[in-house]
Amino acid sequence: MAEARAPLESPGVPGWIQAMPFGLVFAAFFVLPLIFVVIVSFWDYNDYEMIPSFTTRSYTESFEGCLTKLPQLCTMLATYLSTAKFCLIVWALTLAIGFTVAYFLAFYIRSPTTQMVLFLVCTIPFWTSNVIRMISWIPLLGRNGLVNKVLMSLHIVDAPVEWLLYSQFSVALAFVHLFTFFMVAPIFNSMMRIDRRLIEAAYDSGASSWQMLTNVIIPLSKPGIAIGSIFVVTIVMGDYITFSVMGGGQIASAGKIIATRLNALQFPPAAASAVILLCATMLIIAGLNRIVDVRKEL
Amino acid sequence: MNEGRPAAFYWLAAFFALFVLFLSGPLIVIFILSFQGPTGGLTFPMNGVSLHWFRRLWEGGGIVDIGGAFKRSLALGLVVMLLTVLLSLMAGLAFRKKFVGSDALFYIAVASLIVPSIVTSLGIAIEFHVLDDLLKNYGPSWISDNLTTTMGQFTSGLGAHLTWTLPFGLLVMFAIFNRFDIRFEEAARDQGATPWQTLRHVILPIILPSVIGVGLFGFTLSWDEIARSSQTMGEHNTLPMELQALTTTVTNPDIYALGTSTTAVSFAVIAMALFAIAILRARQARHGSDAGQA
Repeated sequence: MAEARAPLESPGVPGWIQAMPFGLVFAAFFVLPLIFVVIVSFWDYNDYEMIPSFTTRSYTESFEGCLTKLPQLCTMLATYLSTAKFCLIVWALTLAIGFTVAYFLAFYIRSPTTQMVLFLVCTIPFWTSNVIRMISWIPLLGRNGLVNKVLMSLHIVDAPVEWLLYSQFSVALAFVHLFTFFMVAPIFNSMMRIDRRLIEAAYDSGASSWQMLTNVIIPLSKPGIAIGSIFVVTIVMGDYITFSVMGGGQIASAGKIIATRLNALQFPPAAASAVILLCATMLIIAGLNRIVDVRKEL
Repeated sequence: MNEGRPAAFYWLAAFFALFVLFLSGPLIVIFILSFQGPTGGLTFPMNGVSLHWFRRLWEGGGIVDIGGAFKRSLALGLVVMLLTVLLSLMAGLAFRKKFVGSDALFYIAVASLIVPSIVTSLGIAIEFHVLDDLLKNYGPSWISDNLTTTMGQFTSGLGAHLTWTLPFGLLVMFAIFNRFDIRFEEAARDQGATPWQTLRHVILPIILPSVIGVGLFGFTLSWDEIARSSQTMGEHNTLPMELQALTTTVTNPDIYALGTSTTAVSFAVIAMALFAIAILRARQARHGSDAGQA
C-alpha cells in the first residue's frame, strides 16, 4: 500500500484528522449498515414492518427443504449452484481473454504511449452506463437482430435462433463484455512489474516463447490474476441487474434473491440472504487468498 | 525484445482488434439506431435517418420524467465528484503519515469495493428506516411532526455513492503519491514554507492533473451507478434507474436516443477532463524549471 511516505517528522495537521471525513463516510454508510444487515437478519417481520425480536426465522425459511428434499435441491442451493456455474464460466472466459490482451499490451507493444492509448481503448465501453451497454445487445442478438439476419441469409439456420437473447448465453456474454477489463487491468499491472532482465535471461538460456510464457510470465502474473479473479467472481456473485436485464427474468441468481425480497419490502429475509451471500463471497475470497497472498500485492 | 515482429505479434494484434470490436460494436450499433427514422423499429434496417427520437425524448414524449431524472443525476454526480476529490485528497495526504487505524481504514475501503453493491444498498436502507423510526418515536416534536423520511438523494443516496467512488479515489491517490518526488516538498520546507504553503504552492500544482482524474472517476461512477442507488434514493429515481426500468418495456428507439444522450454526457465530461489535464500539463511544461533534469 502507500509506500511513498511524506518526509519524516512532517509537521502540520495530524493524519487521523485529515483521514477523518473519509473514515466517517465509511463508518456511517458502510460499516454501520453492514452491522444493521446482520442484526436485522435475526429480526422477525410481518406483512408491514420488521419487528425487533430475535428469531432465526429468516434463515430457516431461506433454507427450507434443503435437508428434507434431498437429493433434490432446494431453491437456495439450486440458485447458488446456478450462480456458481455462471461465476466459473465468466471467470474462465474473462481470464483467457484478459490474459491474452494484457500479454499483448505488456510484451508486444514497445512504445509506452501506444501502450497507454491501447489500454485506454479497452476502457471505452466503461464510458457509458451499464444498462446502455446491456441493451445495446438487443439489435444484435434479438429475434430480428443482425446476427440472426446474417445467419438466415447465409442459410445456416432456417428460423431465428432464440437462445441468443434473454438466455444463459446472453447473460454470460454481457458479463464477459462488461468485466473482462477487470482482468486486463491487474494482470497488465503485474506484467509491467516483471523485471525485463528475467525475460532476457530466459531467452538467452534458450527458452521458447511458450516456455517463457508458462515458466516465467504466468507465475509472475499470479497476483494480478488473483486480484482480477476476486473482482470478477464477487461481481458475478452479487449481481442482479445483468441477470434480470439480460436473462429476461428467467434466470435466478444469488443477488436477485435479495432484490426480489426487497421488492416485497421484507427487510429481515432480504438481510438474511445478504448475510448468506456475504459468507459465500468471503469463502471464495479466502480460497483465492490461499493461492496468492493478495494483501502483499496491493 | 526481439528484432522484427514475430508471427505471434500478428495473431495477438488480430485478437486484440477483435476484442476492441467486441467491446465497441454494440455501442456503435446503438448510436446508429438512435437516428432511426420515425417509422423505424428497434432493429435494422434503418427506415430513413432522422432526429425524431431525440426530439420525442426532449419533449418528454413516451418516457416519464426523464428530464427530472437527468437533472437529479447530474446534480448528484457533481456533488459526489467534489466530495470524492476533497475527501480522497485529504485521505491520500493522511496515508503518507502514520496514523492510528490507517490499516483498518484501508481494508474497509477495499472491502467496500468487494462487498456486493446490493448488500451495501440494503444496509443503508435499513439504517435509515431505523433512524426514521427513532426520530418519529423519540425525536423532538419539531422533527417528528413533519418527518416523512430522512432518506433522500443527498442523504442516503449520496452516502451510498461515496462508498463506491471513494475507494477508487484513494487507490488513485496512492498511485499519485507513489510517483511523487518528495524532494520538491523538502526543498519547500527547507526554504521555510509552512505545511499549508507547501501543500498550496508545491504539492497541489504538481498533482493537479491527476486530481482531475479522481474527479472524473467520481462523476462517471456516480452517473452510471444503479445497484447502490436502488434502495437508497428515496422517492425519486436517478437516470440509470429509470433506464433500467425502461428495459422491460422497450418498444421503440427512444431508449436508444436516451442511451446516446447519456453516453454523450459521459463523453463530454471525459473530454473536458482530458482537456483540462492537457492544459495543466502544458502550463507545467512552460513554467517548470529544468533543474534536476538530465
